Amino acid sequence: MAHAQEHTSHTKLIWKVFGILSVITFVEVILGIIKPEFLHLTHFLGTSLLNSIFLILTLVKAYYITWFFMHMADEKKSLRRAVVWTALFLIIYLATLLLIEGSYINDVMGPLTKWNY
Amino acid sequence: MESTIATDADRDNWDGGNQKPLEASYGKMMMWFFILSDAITFSGFLGAYGLMRFKFIDSWPIADEVFTHFPFLHGVHAPMYYVALMTFVLIFSSVTMVLAVDAGHQMKKAKVTFYMLLTIIGGVIFLGSQAWEWKNFIQGSYGAVQLNDGKIIQFVDASGHQVTLESFVKPSDNERTQHIKSKGLWFVEEAALPAITLNEVIEGFKAHPEITIRTEQINMELKEKIIIPRADAMNFLNESKAVVVGANLQVNEYGKTLFADFFFFITGFHGFHVFSGVIINIIIFFNVIIGTYERRGHYEMVEKVGLYWHFVDLVWVFVFTFFYLV
Repeated sequence: MAHAQEHTSHTKLIWKVFGILSVITFVEVILGIIKPEFLHLTHFLGTSLLNSIFLILTLVKAYYITWFFMHMADEKKSLRRAVVWTALFLIIYLATLLLIEGSYINDVMGPLTKWNY
Repeated sequence: MESTIATDADRDNWDGGNQKPLEASYGKMMMWFFILSDAITFSGFLGAYGLMRFKFIDSWPIADEVFTHFPFLHGVHAPMYYVALMTFVLIFSSVTMVLAVDAGHQMKKAKVTFYMLLTIIGGVIFLGSQAWEWKNFIQGSYGAVQLNDGKIIQFVDASGHQVTLESFVKPSDNERTQHIKSKGLWFVEEAALPAITLNEVIEGFKAHPEITIRTEQINMELKEKIIIPRADAMNFLNESKAVVVGANLQVNEYGKTLFADFFFFITGFHGFHVFSGVIINIIIFFNVIIGTYERRGHYEMVEKVGLYWHFVDLVWVFVFTFFYLV
């Protein structure tokens, strides 16, 4: 019943993860302020390279928070998959459909929007 | 097989007793599945935001031009800095939370108490920051004019930077005063009149040849709002309906009202999560102090609220990305 495992302290790992998260956030903020033109004004897979970088960095942060702060790494594989795979599948599914539809509405509606008076 | 089926032996225990499906206690497992469902709820909201954003991809407000305030730096264009600070506060409170969980594993009551306290303080600071961010957004920065069809036009100087309405509008003697009960019909009320009227804006615009307007439309090559030459500007102003200062659920001086709606709703919903997280943390904090978990023999409760707290941080990481970065 009692938690026999995990009597060792993980303080070092926690501060390391904090460092990683801080550095990633710092990079995101710097990129967000500077917005380098060669990343910002390009088109790649439906968005700019800069946005793709932001998205990837966000997912990396999400991974570190879930795995090391929420201790998902220590859970049993079956629990981990039940939570993570379900979330990933449903979110990707939902986001894909919604964004495609949004683009489609823009294609249809955009040319009809009046911008000159 | 035994670990995944409930037996009659533990009927008295609502929490499943010694049964540990997936080798996690019932409470912890249910927290995980609650978090899963909550994550999908947030995805629904952010997905709806994404739908609307793609729908108006060529006229959505540019976040860098909306959130530009920083405490004690009045009039300084400081995009991102403040929200970066908020993000650090939340990440740091996540660190203190996980340190509390870690101390709980080693049954160090004093350390758990200390780290829980830091976590609560971090949460309160974040909530305060969020309130300040809302305040700035609601009050607005420059002011704008809304056209009859709902579009927003903003005023820019020769260098293309936005200017405030106050900088070029000369207040005139207005014959109209606010209708108050003591000076009019006692059963009729009227909202405060806008400080600047539409006519004053148009007169001020005519008197300042260096000023022109820009629409919500974005030049997709340069990712900047399109500036209308002054010669054409009056055609727009002739269509104007109202002066807009700040943002709320009905109008938004920065552009699409939908942007304000989603901002208030999603950050509000997240802020409500932070708020309930702080409340739950406070309850657990006092339980730690009075020694409830010391007597129970384990600090798993701290671990469970920790899961919720980290989830709140996790959601903020995404809100930060989608509202401020991309």
